[in-house]
Amino acid sequence: MALGLLGEIPCAPGNPNMAPSALEQFYRAEFGRVLATLIRLLGDFDLAEEAAQEAFTAALEQWPREGRPRNPLAWIVGTARHKAIDRLRRDGRLDERRREILRLVIEDSAAPQTAFADSPVPDERLRLIFTCCHPALAAEAQVALSLRALCGLTTEEIARAFLVPASAMAQRLVRAKRKIRTARIPYEIPTEDLLPERLEAAMAVIYLVFNEGYAVSHGKAVIRADLCAEGIRLGRILRELIPADAEACGLLALMLLHDARRKARVAADGELVLLEDQDRAKWNHEQIREGLELVQSALRSGPAGPYAVQAAIAAVHAQAAHPAETDWAEIEALYAYLMRIRPSPVIELNYAVAVAFANGPERGLQIIESLGARGELDDYHLMWAARADLLRRLGRWREAADSYRTALALVSAEPERRFLARRLADAQARAVEDGLLQPDQSDKPRADAAHRRRQKSAG
Amino acid sequence: MQYMLLIYDSEGRKLSPAEQGQLMQDYMTFTQDIVKSGKFKAGDPLEATGTATTVRVRNGKTTATDGPFAETKEQLGGYYIVEAKDLDEAVTIAARIPGARTGSIEVRPIMKMGG
Repeated sequence: MALGLLGEIPCAPGNPNMAPSALEQFYRAEFGRVLATLIRLLGDFDLAEEAAQEAFTAALEQWPREGRPRNPLAWIVGTARHKAIDRLRRDGRLDERRREILRLVIEDSAAPQTAFADSPVPDERLRLIFTCCHPALAAEAQVALSLRALCGLTTEEIARAFLVPASAMAQRLVRAKRKIRTARIPYEIPTEDLLPERLEAAMAVIYLVFNEGYAVSHGKAVIRADLCAEGIRLGRILRELIPADAEACGLLALMLLHDARRKARVAADGELVLLEDQDRAKWNHEQIREGLELVQSALRSGPAGPYAVQAAIAAVHAQAAHPAETDWAEIEALYAYLMRIRPSPVIELNYAVAVAFANGPERGLQIIESLGARGELDDYHLMWAARADLLRRLGRWREAADSYRTALALVSAEPERRFLARRLADAQARAVEDGLLQPDQSDKPRADAAHRRRQKSAG
Repeated sequence: MQYMLLIYDSEGRKLSPAEQGQLMQDYMTFTQDIVKSGKFKAGDPLEATGTATTVRVRNGKTTATDGPFAETKEQLGGYYIVEAKDLDEAVTIAARIPGARTGSIEVRPIMKMGG
């Protein structure tokens, strides 16, 4: 709620000290850190969240009037702690747990308040990441909690981002927080034996947020820039908190390099533009530079993990000024390596595409056909789309059309569907031209188009 | 904080006498370990579901029927109650139960009753 609240407050005249937009920026940037610190102090997620909201609301009232405090972060945390104490005292039905919290918090604040207000606020967000991304929580709850707690998004904003009703999202968050409390999901950096697995889980959540924005799986938009930005923000937080981790570095690089192509990936009419057809001048070259630097440092620190390798692949694309200059042999080698360290049918599909570009569509198609024979990707529209594309490049139009049709039946994002429909229409028309397919009634308009084109090319 | 670790496994799985002996040995080692660590509160194996009876009271009338209430691939075969500081510790203990290697362990926090 607080963000919406902050957004609605008009700019206080004569108070350039802390304009609401600056406060909103501060809220966005620091909410996660404030909440993490408060959870540490209070040992209670809900109480910390309520107190943080109240403190930011108090800032909204006081800062324009009294000026921004010297240490705003410490001010917020100190105020929130007082709000929490008030709240605990007000609550007549103190249960045992809250009574214990109150005792600890009051003991802790025996130190003079002024001293506290000036002390640096420790960064506790790493603990919070591991709590939010705990594998004992449902995947969608992990994503929602991370966006709420670390990015400061409101329940309404998260609900909108994932196209679910706000009430359903609120339920999801309530349930997740209840499980954290009841099952006592720790608020701690995992022990060494659990750390690699938990770190991987956290990165998967961050990449999921980014990908939901970048490769929108449902609905009308091609890209949800807001979700991409939040994914990158989470990636930056993780990178900042564990700078020595090559995979955290690789993950951030991967997201930056993908996101750098965002503007070129959607045409003016909202249609999807394939990598090879993109106007590379529209790429964000500043962001690419940052991504490339991160890839370098991720690859320097020992054997590359899956995110670093995927980032390296994105880097090869990013470095080609023209599609024809793409080093496909390098990409093929990187995918081959990726298959070794993280075998999966989807990686194999990408490898097949790289092979097709490096060594001709026939070689790539062979790999896709062997994938298809195993039936693992039968429901994956991109497998059928990739197969169709290679058949198209080989001029096998009728088979390409069949494959596009299967892909179309499986796709759920609107722009991708339109793209595949265009490709299907084209393949069908070409098949007709080749006299391989008799148009049926439903294909009439497309056959007409093919007829017109044939006449045009004849003329 | 106490957690109940419910051990689910397939009763139908056939074990050779040697495997059976090894499994018993593994359970004994595990149990001794957690007893020694002070985390053990309770724990028992259960007789097979063929011996189970399900009881319901509806409109004041008691019915007792054969078997567990649900047909599942894995059956409840035993339990431990352990003391752990948080879920991560409980999960770490659960992962050491021999049954985790073939079946699955459900980790449930035990509700603290007020008063």
